[in-house]
Amino acid sequence: MRWFTPSWQVLVAIVLCVVAAVLGPASGPEAGALADPTATIIYPYFTTKDYIFGLIFPAGAISMMRIPAVAAALVLFIGAHGAAWLLLSGIAGFEGTALAPFYLLLAAAWLLAWRCVTILSSLAPAGRGERMLLRLLIPAIFGLWLLIIWEAVTRGAGVPFVLLPPPSAIAARIANSLPILAADVKQTILKAVLAGYVIGCGAGLAAAILADRFGFLRRGLLPIGNMVSALPIIGIAPIMVMWFGFDWHSKAAVVVVMTFFPMLVNTVTGLAASGHMERDLMRTYAAGYWQTLVKLRLPAAAPFIFNALKINSTLALIGAIVAEFFGTPVVGMGFRISTEVGRMNIDMVWAEIAVAAVAGSVFYGVVSLFERAATFWHPSVRGG
Amino acid sequence: MISITPPVVAASGLSLTFQTSDGPVNALADVDLTIGKGEFVSFIGPSGCGKTTFLRVIADLEKPTAGSILVNGMTPEQARERRAYGYVFQAAALFPWRTIERNVALPLEIMGLSQTEQRERVKRTLDLVNLTGFEKKYPWQLSGGMQQRASIARALAFDADLLLMDEPFGALDEIVRDHLNKQLLELWARTNKTICFVTHSIPEAVYLSTRIVVMSPRPGRVTDVIQSTLPKERPLHIRETPEFLEIAARVREGLHAGHSYED
Repeated sequence: MRWFTPSWQVLVAIVLCVVAAVLGPASGPEAGALADPTATIIYPYFTTKDYIFGLIFPAGAISMMRIPAVAAALVLFIGAHGAAWLLLSGIAGFEGTALAPFYLLLAAAWLLAWRCVTILSSLAPAGRGERMLLRLLIPAIFGLWLLIIWEAVTRGAGVPFVLLPPPSAIAARIANSLPILAADVKQTILKAVLAGYVIGCGAGLAAAILADRFGFLRRGLLPIGNMVSALPIIGIAPIMVMWFGFDWHSKAAVVVVMTFFPMLVNTVTGLAASGHMERDLMRTYAAGYWQTLVKLRLPAAAPFIFNALKINSTLALIGAIVAEFFGTPVVGMGFRISTEVGRMNIDMVWAEIAVAAVAGSVFYGVVSLFERAATFWHPSVRGG
Repeated sequence: MISITPPVVAASGLSLTFQTSDGPVNALADVDLTIGKGEFVSFIGPSGCGKTTFLRVIADLEKPTAGSILVNGMTPEQARERRAYGYVFQAAALFPWRTIERNVALPLEIMGLSQTEQRERVKRTLDLVNLTGFEKKYPWQLSGGMQQRASIARALAFDADLLLMDEPFGALDEIVRDHLNKQLLELWARTNKTICFVTHSIPEAVYLSTRIVVMSPRPGRVTDVIQSTLPKERPLHIRETPEFLEIAARVREGLHAGHSYED
């Protein structure tokens, strides 16, 4: 066994560090200080630059030695994120002054993180808890680096705030506006989305069962349902506001219209999914329509119904937010986005977007959990 | 087999024509057959000879287009509504979201039996097909042979006197099939049910039956009815006896005769 296993990510990172060291100043003020040593110019990384090199070099070198994979990953994790932290905190207050070495060092730290994730992905721990932790940790590092690069580029290059605020500013805005955000979530998600989702999905399910029971409905309702689904939401939202008023009821109505059809179509398809043999079996038991529906056809349709519930969980959120652009009381996520854009408070817009993304993911995740519990028997869930 | 009660199945002049896009197909043409209580009747013939269709007519899953058929002296529809028969399909057709015991309890739930009655019957029938200990398993956790045994248990659970079996062991390998054939005979001897059994296999038909109905296709009709001379007690090695081979030869002849003018 060799005591040293090179990895290309680490080697490239070290090369980038060397190039950065040769190029010298990492920011405009630092270059100014070098050019005029007598002037007292405060510049980023006055004291921390050595620490950045001191994190990336040894972390990279140690990770390539023969040590346990977990230890190598840990060393890389500390090296990459320590360096990234120093880079990001140093540039604060000197936005837009970054020079090439800043980006080279950032790239070097990112390569170490890449190597870290590569090592973590190749781990196959025996324990259930450890596997779970890895499943969360790997995407977390991925997401974190998306934010780090976003932060570094917006600060380093001084991207105008209205174009793209750095994530730290968005996080600060979220932290400072919790009461407003909570009121918006309550108005849009807990009232409009949930009510509309429940009514829309419930009505779609009921309509599908009725269409299945009565042939004339199947022939008459499905084409019309098809047409309703093609209605542009931009067109119906103002009309719903006229009908149901400015409060959340009109947004719930938009959500109902949006979620109804996916549920209807999926359930109609699902109700036809049970096999001929199973249906003949129910017939030999002299089972009635409703017994066959409850004991055979609805359980067999469950994967289709959950598909619709998952599609609708994201549709409902989009529908409610967009509908709020067309008249609303002075609260709600869509209202906040449309007004704060007008006031150039782009960080607030991003804060709402972040909250909506988290809420949408949680919504989807909860529906998925229910799906796994209800359709555990389906080959796609039990795996095989 | 002669008794005062009406025969379990009495068909006369029974015909069934399917209307397909390629024109009418005569699945059954002028079939006369009477099945008495306690008989084990096998239906054998090539694909398309109407043996499954005949079983489905008994079960009221298909309607005949001509002729008459009575099941326990009633129309098939009345018999079905009184749950006069249990039907075992080619595949187990167990519901994957129900455990084995809940699958067996399915017909009992539909009949509205009490919980205690359901539990008692499920236990008894699972014991009958040697599946005790697998009550809490799901169908997809069992082998094909065990699944088919569970589906037989389900058909037995509501204790109908007539058992209709449509190639129940067709998809299983020979070793499992032998085993299940033996178990089926034991079950038949113990319960004294009437069994109608559709199969492709000559040895299976001869081994199991008291009577073998040989059928031929296009139009589906009965070409020969062979009364078995084998004793009721049948160990597996009875299949090597001259008597067994003689009956098998007659079945084969009947199958060939049905085919002769076709090609």
